Amino acid sequence: MRSTILLLIAAMAAFAAGPVTVIQNAQILTITKGTIKNGQILIRDGKIAEVGEKVNIPAGAKIIDAGGQFVMPGIIDCHSHIATEAVNEGTLSVSSMVGIEDVVNPEDIAIYRALAGGVTTANVLHGSANAIGGKCAVIKTRWGKDAQSMIFEGSTPGIKFALGENPKRAGATPVGQGGRGRYPATRMGVEDVIREAFTEAKTYQASWKEYNEKVQRGEKALAPRRDLKLEPLVEVLEGKRFVHAHCYRADEILMLLRVADDFGFKIRTLQHVLEGYKVAKEIKEHGAGASTFSDWWGYKVEAYDAIPYNAAIMTRKGVTVSLNSDDAELMRHLNQEAAKTLKYGGLTEDEALAMITINPAKQLAIDKYVGSIEVGKSADLVIFDKHPLSNYAKVQKVLIDGDTYFERDKDQSERTVKAAEKKTLLDKEKEQQQRQNAPRGGQGATGRRPS
Amino acid sequence: MRFITTCLLSALPLLAADTIAIRNATVHPVSGPEIANATIVIVEGKISAVGAKVAIPKGAKVSDAKGMHVYPGMIDSATEVGLSEISSVRETNDTGELGDFNPQLKALSAVNPASEHIPVIRANGITTVVSLPFIGGGGGRMGGAVQSLITGQPAMIHLDGWTWEDMAVKRATAVELVFPAITSGRPRFMDNENPSFPRVNFTEAKRNYEKRLKELDKFFEDARRYQQAKDSKEPGFKTDLKFEAMIPVLEGKVPLLVTAMRERSIKDAIAFSDRQKVKIVIAGGREFGSTLADLKAKNIPVIAGPTLALPLNEDDPYDQAFTLPAELYKAGVKFAFGTFGNQFSRNLPYQAANAVAFGLPAEEAWKALTINAAEIWGVGDQVGTIEKGKWADLMVTDGDPLEARTNVKMLFIKGHEVDLSNKHTRLYEKYLNRP
Repeated sequence: MRSTILLLIAAMAAFAAGPVTVIQNAQILTITKGTIKNGQILIRDGKIAEVGEKVNIPAGAKIIDAGGQFVMPGIIDCHSHIATEAVNEGTLSVSSMVGIEDVVNPEDIAIYRALAGGVTTANVLHGSANAIGGKCAVIKTRWGKDAQSMIFEGSTPGIKFALGENPKRAGATPVGQGGRGRYPATRMGVEDVIREAFTEAKTYQASWKEYNEKVQRGEKALAPRRDLKLEPLVEVLEGKRFVHAHCYRADEILMLLRVADDFGFKIRTLQHVLEGYKVAKEIKEHGAGASTFSDWWGYKVEAYDAIPYNAAIMTRKGVTVSLNSDDAELMRHLNQEAAKTLKYGGLTEDEALAMITINPAKQLAIDKYVGSIEVGKSADLVIFDKHPLSNYAKVQKVLIDGDTYFERDKDQSERTVKAAEKKTLLDKEKEQQQRQNAPRGGQGATGRRPS
Repeated sequence: MRFITTCLLSALPLLAADTIAIRNATVHPVSGPEIANATIVIVEGKISAVGAKVAIPKGAKVSDAKGMHVYPGMIDSATEVGLSEISSVRETNDTGELGDFNPQLKALSAVNPASEHIPVIRANGITTVVSLPFIGGGGGRMGGAVQSLITGQPAMIHLDGWTWEDMAVKRATAVELVFPAITSGRPRFMDNENPSFPRVNFTEAKRNYEKRLKELDKFFEDARRYQQAKDSKEPGFKTDLKFEAMIPVLEGKVPLLVTAMRERSIKDAIAFSDRQKVKIVIAGGREFGSTLADLKAKNIPVIAGPTLALPLNEDDPYDQAFTLPAELYKAGVKFAFGTFGNQFSRNLPYQAANAVAFGLPAEEAWKALTINAAEIWGVGDQVGTIEKGKWADLMVTDGDPLEARTNVKMLFIKGHEVDLSNKHTRLYEKYLNRP
């Protein structure tokens, strides 16, 4: 009886379903459920509906023949600054009133380039100029769509914190030499800024609580004045907004964990966290995720003890680790960055690939939607011509929500058309300029007046 | 016992202590096809024999490389190794001297042999690098108001040695010229109030560019007059260190390493070399366009800019930098790879791998990583392939070095097996074992 109903539901679903796409003849790297040597993925309504060696291909399904190629989940970059009109509101030490969501630029070519590197989701962060920075936005690289459509539906809002050299720079550099004379100028001051802000936030939170209680009791009460700076911090205290904290040195990492402990909130991810390997135990105990570079080091003092084994050590000590880019170029080959963890620390292929898929998905709490090839998740998929952990691998095709957003063949074949179009436009501009520069008064004069 | 043997052997320097054999390896000599089950014999730091049927001399120190591969050590043709430790800290940087014309400056004697970068980079199979007196960017490394033109003499060094003298592969390598470019604005990261980078319009920028070119031509003409005065022992002739350093360039003994990124600069650099009749190498080229045919016709080699780079212009194909090495190869231009920094020098093989993924034949990538670089820098007879008579700069690996998963198991520089541990491996071991 029960199975009949299920069948009926399944049949109804099939009948009512929208477009269906099937990827076949692919080696499928599911990340969470092993690898299928030669398998098929059925995509319905933008979601993965079936995965296996054989799926039920309905009539009229669009077939993508991956002929010996590799399919993996869309790559997730947990630290990016692409697709923004602005990055740093650095005039204040606490700029939690601003947010990336207000400045998403869907026309940034970096989106397309990231897509061509297999990235389908990015955590777009405010810069690191201040101890408490602006709010972040998780986006999907839906190239061609508007700003609103870039936002990852259902993602948890975040906020950027920053420790160490960057937030203290505006205070530590003399005014006139690029400095702003802005507190703080030391790591001590960075801690203080965060403590002061959360002390304020607690008071603010309490004033609203008191007000709401009074209202509930039916008493007359005056609502506290809204504070747009403190509101996001209250959300942090209430676990409604994730903290993504830029940090480098072990001391400052531990400091932030203890500050968070004292105020009773969690650090969702430590970003960069290049000395995370020194305090992996404490990171694990706190429950923070770590999002790091594969092998950046030596570009500043706080990166002088950075090692490419960071990701591996933290993984071995039980921390959820992702590899991020923080850079529009690096973002295009995160699969190759993941491959380095095979060498530096001897991680397995699954562990390496998890760092650019399911782990960042967990860190952003979007793992119920993306991050692996599982039934029910969004069909955010990348097809590589070789195993994605090979440095010879190229992205061939990228799907987001089942729609194709990048195709290498198409990109290549359209180049001549685009070049011709550019030439036409340039010629037209030249022609126009020549006409404008022609002697005034003649037949060809445009009547342009001197300005 | 072993200690005694070592002592005895070291007392007899020309005998077996200086003989090393690597056997049972798949050797990739680059100069020819791979050789299975091969043996390489090293005597006094140089390769004395390589092949499948090579006898191991009695008393040689033998390393068994069963299942392993041996390649020539890779050469990174553009770094700042030894000249820069922490790129953002002024005190640790010795690139980008002040002044327009500094051909007399030698990068070599400023190389810090104890730099932590050296063991880190070589651990990935890079045995030789070229350190440039100035590397990219706008303005002097720190504080220089106007970009220098002639920045000094690059250093070509082995990544092993107690002193920079030990490390030097070649003393006179080249003289570096940062070719002027038309720049209308200051670099984006510069302070808005910095008067050193006034924003100018295109006409003004072009005028500045032409002015710089004139200054450059004048400097070369002055150097040539100095050379003539010296040759003819003109009365009142006085030694000038700057002009003195230009003589090898004017005589064609060393090339002028011209850093130029865009097609226009490269085109003008070629015209400049024609005008001044000097040998040039183009470094950091990121857009060649119509200059490819000229580079080929005039035998001008190229140090290709980083392969893992963003396209130069917004509307360039996304893979513009990835396909550049293949483009150079197809045009018949000789080229080598450079990483243009220290931090990512260890990723040199992955720059090459990316070029292979985007159309460069693998064997050409290997040439660019080894012998092409050696030849461009005038040391093709010393390094760059596994051939008899060359320095034994070798890496022993467990797979294809262009794949990140491959490990370098042993490394030889001038026949000396170097330590693969470094700052990173030490910290790894220390903190992995933290209780």
